[in-house]
Amino acid sequence: MLVRTRPLLPKWKSLVMLRYSFRRIMVLLPTVWGALTLIFLLRPLIPGDPVDFMLGETARQADRDIIRKEFHLDKSIGEQYALFLRNAAVGDLGRSIHTRRPVMEMIAERFPATFELALGAMAVALFLAFPVGVVSAVKKDSVIDSGSRLFAILGVAMPNFWLGPLLIIVFSIYLGWFPVAGRGGFASLVLPSITLGTAMCAILTRMTRSTMVEVLGEEYITTARAKGLGEFLVLVKHALRNALIPLITIMGLQFGGLLAGSIITETVFSWPGMGALLISAIQSRDFPLLQGLIAVICVCYIVINLIADLLYAIAAPNIRLSGRE
Amino acid sequence: MKTSGAKKSSAFFVGSIVAIVALIFVALCAPWLAPYDPNEQNLRLGLQGPSLSHPLGLDKMGRDILSRLIYGARISLYVGFVTTMTCLATGTLLGTACGFAGGLADSLLCRIIDILLAFPGILLALALMAILGPSITNVIIALCAVGWVGYARLARGQTLVIKEREFVGAAKSLGGGARHIIFHHVLPNLMAPLLVQASFGVGSAIVGEAGLSFLGLGVQPPTASWGSMLNQGRQFLLIAPHLTAFPGLAIMVVVLSVNIFGDGLRDTFDPRRV
Repeated sequence: MLVRTRPLLPKWKSLVMLRYSFRRIMVLLPTVWGALTLIFLLRPLIPGDPVDFMLGETARQADRDIIRKEFHLDKSIGEQYALFLRNAAVGDLGRSIHTRRPVMEMIAERFPATFELALGAMAVALFLAFPVGVVSAVKKDSVIDSGSRLFAILGVAMPNFWLGPLLIIVFSIYLGWFPVAGRGGFASLVLPSITLGTAMCAILTRMTRSTMVEVLGEEYITTARAKGLGEFLVLVKHALRNALIPLITIMGLQFGGLLAGSIITETVFSWPGMGALLISAIQSRDFPLLQGLIAVICVCYIVINLIADLLYAIAAPNIRLSGRE
Repeated sequence: MKTSGAKKSSAFFVGSIVAIVALIFVALCAPWLAPYDPNEQNLRLGLQGPSLSHPLGLDKMGRDILSRLIYGARISLYVGFVTTMTCLATGTLLGTACGFAGGLADSLLCRIIDILLAFPGILLALALMAILGPSITNVIIALCAVGWVGYARLARGQTLVIKEREFVGAAKSLGGGARHIIFHHVLPNLMAPLLVQASFGVGSAIVGEAGLSFLGLGVQPPTASWGSMLNQGRQFLLIAPHLTAFPGLAIMVVVLSVNIFGDGLRDTFDPRRV
């Protein structure tokens, strides 16, 4: 009797998976549209005359007219909305009030710096959380374990805007190992990455530890040990591989949080990224720049979450979300 | 679970309750506890380090940091509690109503939740502060606008589950109307997870306010807020690190306490979890 022992398609390519991915991608567009709508609605929320808000009350009439035209303030709100969406769709986010440069250009300039910082933070989180979490699980209830759990709790409780300056005081001012602020060279990336990555590291450490503890208790580990496999091989061949998967996917899901954290970290370290630009846009009341930045950051966040969701579904195919929508 | 582990966790839990109660006490009794007026300036002695008369030192304007820390606790607690209570009430109301009603209202709520969740962290709160202008009330408004979503989602999810339980069906067949079911059956079962969420939410709101004040968008000078104290401290990291050390420590201790408290609550309500 011939029995098919291997499925036709790998599990993750199955029809259910494709349908889920398709559904998930389809939800992307309405979400982006909804976010853009909310961002558009920020302008009508401005108390008083938006032109006063942007230019100050002593602005010349000529400047006011220019702004009024750029924001189509003479048209109805429906028309303004349609124009906003149409422009956003082609990437035209207007011009900055203060530099008169296209907003998209200014954002694109700052994007690499933020991306670099995010990667640095992820590297810190991953390369610290993984070993510490594994060792912590293997040597449960030891000093290392208690230490790592303490670190996990503290790491989440410490705000960025405190950890950053603390690191600067100890490592830049007192020890002189790293530059105080600014971007340039690998050394300047270290402290900002640690600051941004600590919270994620704490979460990942905790998660790695609990996943490893779970995995180590599984039957196939006992089997491998019974087979006479050395402890180290048991660890590497079986336990680590299974612990790595949820770790990577949770990292993807948390990555979006880095975007929010980068706003403060970039401010603390004068890192020339999108977050720092956002703060200066707020301080200079540069509304088009502010609006554009929020839109770009949101879209990035939505896309990253989508990719992370899909990765998570691939990596943990048993966790099929039925009827969640 | 090992006995020592359980004893340790409950020790931490009790410790966190003590810390929270102490914080509330300090905030309420600030005028009597603070050794100096938090706004009293002494420009000649500015940036002086910790000393016997001023245990935590002085800031740039010569104001006593300990007193400012104590008064800052008022701001943090005020914002933390008001924000959390408002979000809890609003989110529970909307989540339960829509979850129970289902249909169009439910779909609408889900869409709104998805859209609001498309904004990472404090981004939307920042934008609102930029537009509304800095003040404590606006901070609360901004944080609430973002914060209610978590509670709504939780309340809705739980309502959907509870709706299907047998005792609800029994109540219905006995003639119980929607209002009776919601108040007598759904809400009591919601309380536990919502309270756990709320305790983490307080910490989150406190850090949110501190963050906004740090960026200059929250509480305005001369009012003492832990976040704005850290902001000032940034300029003097080299010569006056004590400006930075203590407010941040305060924030960390508060957040730690509410987190441990929340963890403890969660374990109390669900002893199966390790």
